[in-house]
Amino acid sequence: MDLYEYQGKQYFARYGIPTSPGEVADTVEEAVAVAERYGYPVTIKAQVQVGGRGKAGGVKLAFSKEEAALHAANILGLDISGHIVKRLWIETSSDIDKEYYASFTLDRSARLHLCMLSARGGIDIEQVAREDPGAIARLHVDPVDGMSEADAAGLVSEAGIDEDARAGVTDVLMRLYRCYVEGDADLVEINPLIFTPDKRVHALDAKVTLDDSALFRHPEWEPFKNLELLDHRERLAKEKGLQYVGLDGFVGIIANGAGLAMSTCDVVEQVGGSPANFLDIGGGANADQMANALEVINTDEKVKSIFINIFGGITRGEEVANGIVQALERVSIPSPIVIRLDGTNAAQGRAILKEHESGTLVSAPTMIEAAKLAVQLAGGPR
Amino acid sequence: MSIFVDEKTKVVIQGVSPTSQGLYHGLRNRAYGTNVVAGTNPRREGEVIEDIPIYATVAEAIKATDANTSFIAVPPVAAPSAIAEAAEAGIKFIICITEFIPAKDEALVYNTLRRDFPDCRLIGPNCPGVISPGKCNIGITAGDIALGGGPVGIVSRSGTVFYQALYELTQKGIGQTTGVGIGGDPVPGTSFIDCLSAFEKDPQTKAVLLIGEIGGEEEERAAIFIAEEVTKPVVAYIAGVTAPEGRKMGHAGAIVSGSHGTAKAKMAALAAAGVCVALNPSEAADAMTEIVRGMS
Repeated sequence: MDLYEYQGKQYFARYGIPTSPGEVADTVEEAVAVAERYGYPVTIKAQVQVGGRGKAGGVKLAFSKEEAALHAANILGLDISGHIVKRLWIETSSDIDKEYYASFTLDRSARLHLCMLSARGGIDIEQVAREDPGAIARLHVDPVDGMSEADAAGLVSEAGIDEDARAGVTDVLMRLYRCYVEGDADLVEINPLIFTPDKRVHALDAKVTLDDSALFRHPEWEPFKNLELLDHRERLAKEKGLQYVGLDGFVGIIANGAGLAMSTCDVVEQVGGSPANFLDIGGGANADQMANALEVINTDEKVKSIFINIFGGITRGEEVANGIVQALERVSIPSPIVIRLDGTNAAQGRAILKEHESGTLVSAPTMIEAAKLAVQLAGGPR
Repeated sequence: MSIFVDEKTKVVIQGVSPTSQGLYHGLRNRAYGTNVVAGTNPRREGEVIEDIPIYATVAEAIKATDANTSFIAVPPVAAPSAIAEAAEAGIKFIICITEFIPAKDEALVYNTLRRDFPDCRLIGPNCPGVISPGKCNIGITAGDIALGGGPVGIVSRSGTVFYQALYELTQKGIGQTTGVGIGGDPVPGTSFIDCLSAFEKDPQTKAVLLIGEIGGEEEERAAIFIAEEVTKPVVAYIAGVTAPEGRKMGHAGAIVSGSHGTAKAKMAALAAAGVCVALNPSEAADAMTEIVRGMS
């Protein structure tokens, strides 16, 4: 679960990481009211989950009520790489002496947590990483030991953080590590972490990705469920508990297991089609799951045919076939359907499907043949 | 021969109750021929469920039955401590199929094992398990889709594509020594490299089928290992060529992994290591069939 900047800052605040005071606003009026309350200058920042918003005009400084109104009006509704700005974060502007970079994430290769710190933070950090990797100090943290203050202080000096900012940055790193571990984040990132002329260190931005698997022990995450980010198909799928990702193609995909669902998308593309979605109905593939999946696919107007790809393992072929037949009785599907059923008792399953076959419900024995058929029924490759 | 599990494997199922997932799959595994010797559950100590004696702890189960392998299918909140309990009791091979364990718990238990129990192997979490066809099956793989006798070893991150691969080889009459589902979680207990290394040492395994998917850089690391250490032919398939680039993990993700992680990068790395890279599971099974038939 990705958080917006303002949510990330709220999360940081729980762990005592200093940020600029501010509030959200959804309208120009609200934005002006917040700006008046905090006093000028204020920074008005688009709340979108995509990088490059500064360069796109999504971050502006306002020195007066008029400027606040003007910038808020310009930023609200702005399209930043396909993300429409619906919400603003308005905070007291900070004077900046230095911009640093700090983050924690999992280094999957090392199986250890990784802290990265740089004295050269700011919008070009990825370029710094490419051109001068030595400018980013790295520290692997073994989760059994955790990170000590001495570890953090050592990294701060290795990164070449300015002398009088070191205590402040060390303190932020300790708090950020707690936020990462106790807060069950997959990623916490501050860019820039600023050092002000009055010698304060604080987070000017916040990027936080939470680990969905840890939701059960974080009731405080409830307001972070940013459902408005999903399109209507993804929202419906989420309500029904399906693993769904909307794509732009014309062949609807239903498969059991994430790997097989990805494989199915790959094969459809290999034969000249294009997948409308990724949909994993889970291992069992029973009638309820299948009916739910078909309902979600039905809401996608771009779908011209549906490819159901099920591998029967513990759930045997005849059970899967009966589930499909029952689901089709419950949901009316305008698009032709191609079913490929394989695995345990596939022959029995195919025999059941055979009884229900028609011009718009056909089955094929292999993934490739089924994919070709699905593309053909959708009007051919394009 | 086979790797990891065989006729000598004695399984203790952790967290057994009449309605538990562990018992459901454990009974299926036993019906396949797996030697299930014990279950644990402190609240059911002394009971016998489906002819399986239940002990309070793994340590007691080992004492009474000589169990040498544990099977864990308990909920995510309980799984990390179950893994630690098995390791502390002296179990050297643990299979955990539990899905949705928080990454922090997974990283902690992985590093605890690495430090304190270096000769204990964990398979998973979030994996289908391990099957040495005809000898032992632990986990959720349907035993009848596999065929014993070798010569192919399979290692997979994905579950259903693993089944698909087993099944396609079986359909073509190509047997398997062992199939290992290592799971797709961020911190898997066992890596591709661990399995490739074991297959390389196993005399009956003559070729290896590797099934990867997008994300992480395990496949890239496996490619380096194959180039340097593996003498047996390897066929690979990577799921997710058409998957849209996932959400980027801030700058940190890009800085850590660079261009690694995409299916294309993985396929290129494997091809450069001399691996036969297939575009879909059927093609992979065909390529493997050709290699095996060319051997005899």
